[in-house]
Amino acid sequence: MDLYEYQGKELFARFGIPVSEGRLATTPEQARDAAAELGGTVVVKAQVLTGGRGKAGGIQLAQTPEEAEARASEILGMDIRGHAVRKVWVEGASDIAREYYLSIAFDRSAKKPLFMFTTQGGVDIEEVAESNPDALVRLHVDPLEGYHPWHGRRLVYGAGVADPSEQKQIAAIVEKLYAAFTASEAMLAEINPLIVTTDGEVRALDSKFTVDDNALFRHPDLAELHDVDAADPLEALAREKGVTYVKLDGEVGVLGNGAGLTMATVDVVTFAGGRPADFCDLGGGGDAQGVVDALEVITRDPQVRSIFFNIFGGITRCDEVARGILQALDRMGIEQPIVVRLDGTNAEEGRALLRDADASNVHTEATMLEGARRAVELAMAG
Amino acid sequence: MAILVDNDTRLVVQGLTGSEGRFHGLRNRDYGTNVVAGVTPGKGGQDVEGIPVFHTVAEAVAEAGANTTMVFVPAAFAADAMYEAIDAGVGTVICITEGVPAHEMLKIHAFLRGSGVTLIGPNCPGALSPGKANVGIIPGEIFREGGIGLVSRSGTLTYQIGHEITQLGLGNSTIVGIGGDPVVGSSFVDILERFEADSQTEYVVMVGEIGGDEEEKAAQFIESHMTKPVVAYIAGFTAPPGKTMGHAGAIISGSAGTAQAKKEALEARGIRVGMTPTEAAEIVAEIARS
Repeated sequence: MDLYEYQGKELFARFGIPVSEGRLATTPEQARDAAAELGGTVVVKAQVLTGGRGKAGGIQLAQTPEEAEARASEILGMDIRGHAVRKVWVEGASDIAREYYLSIAFDRSAKKPLFMFTTQGGVDIEEVAESNPDALVRLHVDPLEGYHPWHGRRLVYGAGVADPSEQKQIAAIVEKLYAAFTASEAMLAEINPLIVTTDGEVRALDSKFTVDDNALFRHPDLAELHDVDAADPLEALAREKGVTYVKLDGEVGVLGNGAGLTMATVDVVTFAGGRPADFCDLGGGGDAQGVVDALEVITRDPQVRSIFFNIFGGITRCDEVARGILQALDRMGIEQPIVVRLDGTNAEEGRALLRDADASNVHTEATMLEGARRAVELAMAG
Repeated sequence: MAILVDNDTRLVVQGLTGSEGRFHGLRNRDYGTNVVAGVTPGKGGQDVEGIPVFHTVAEAVAEAGANTTMVFVPAAFAADAMYEAIDAGVGTVICITEGVPAHEMLKIHAFLRGSGVTLIGPNCPGALSPGKANVGIIPGEIFREGGIGLVSRSGTLTYQIGHEITQLGLGNSTIVGIGGDPVVGSSFVDILERFEADSQTEYVVMVGEIGGDEEEKAAQFIESHMTKPVVAYIAGFTAPPGKTMGHAGAIISGSAGTAQAKKEALEARGIRVGMTPTEAAEIVAEIARS
């Protein structure tokens, strides 16, 4: 789960990382009041879970509360890379002398947290890594050893920070960022830019923070920050129903059991000349109700012209899946053709149930490949 | 021979008295696996259809001679269960549980170093050596004994490919699901190393997917350390970047972790890659015939 900039900064502040004072606003009037309270020049920043806000015009300076109101009314409702802006963060403008970059990420290849620090901040870090790799200091932390002050020293001296006051401030932020990263069970905690003000003060000017979904059960305070409205409406509905669903952009609704098989099904549908409408994983123990729920989500997508069920029963029993399909047909009156391929546990029983029901829009196919081809054909015909 | 699980496996099931643990524990026993104990704190002294239950893994090792464990406890308790098993001296830990926090796995992975214990999973279907032992949730009836080692990050996709291989009249030495999480106990390389050393295994099928760089590391290992042929399949050629495809580990981040990059890394080292499960099975059959 990704946090918004303002949520990440609030988290930083809790761990003692210096940030600018700011307020959240969902209307231009709130932005004006926030600017008045903060006083002086403010920055109005779009809150969206994607990059490229600056280029899209989602970050604007305002000298007065009235100007803040005007800028906020431009930014609110803006579409940034498919994300609608519904909130802005208004904070006091900073006098920036230098911009650095600091992050700690979950390095799955090394199986350790990885610090990255450079004095060439404010830009795309992948560019720095490519054009000037020596300027980027990388340092792993052994998860059992945890953080020690030498980690901070290695980063600060390694990147060539010369000013003693800066060295001290940055080392302290490094330690606090590690604490925020581990205590929140994050996959990424990034400060870009980490600024030095003209007064020599080091502060986090932005935040990118991703929390491990699997750990949310023991961080209710973080789980609460999840913004249901930010997700695609179909993905939100799926989440509510406990269905693993990722919206794609085509016409063939894809439903499988298990992430790997469903991913392979999305591939095979594409190779057969079709465009998958979604990735929908029934999961391990999919019962009839799970199938009904999944079909409800998939058929809510107006682009869907055919549906392909690709099931290899293990824990999932094919007869349960067949029952779910028939129940959904009964209750929802699905018009799109449904192609069903069943193999594995109770496949015979499942196929028999479908055969006996003799529904006009249900087609069974013997293999994954044949099923995909049929579903693509039907999507094109429909 | 086969790897990880065989006729010498003496299995303890952590969470045997839960509904899932019981169902699959008994199913593993029906397959022929020697299930010697269950562990549920507070239920020591009971039994599940004749399988004795202990309070702790240490007791299961001391009194029932368990040498392998299957962890089937809820995600919130899985890390504790894995540490307990490692400490009790069980040689092989197979964790089926889904949803174990990634930071827990970082620590467990570091804790394992040098312990000599093999951890498979979490979030995996387990390991099956056809005709010998089944530990986990892989449906045993769709596989038969043979010379193909199968290693995969996914469950049902493994069944799909195994099924296609079986349809072609071939069989497996061992099928290992290593799990779909960002950090798992054993990597492709760990399992490939065992297949290379296993006398029953003639060649290997590796089933990967988008995310991470384990397939790329495997490609290097195969080139420098393996004499047996390896065929690969990668799921997710058409997956969009930035979206997690069901498995926590299956995400394309930036330009890293794409199926195409993995395919190229493998093919550059002479490893053939099927674009669909069917194509992968056909390549296997072709190798088997030659």
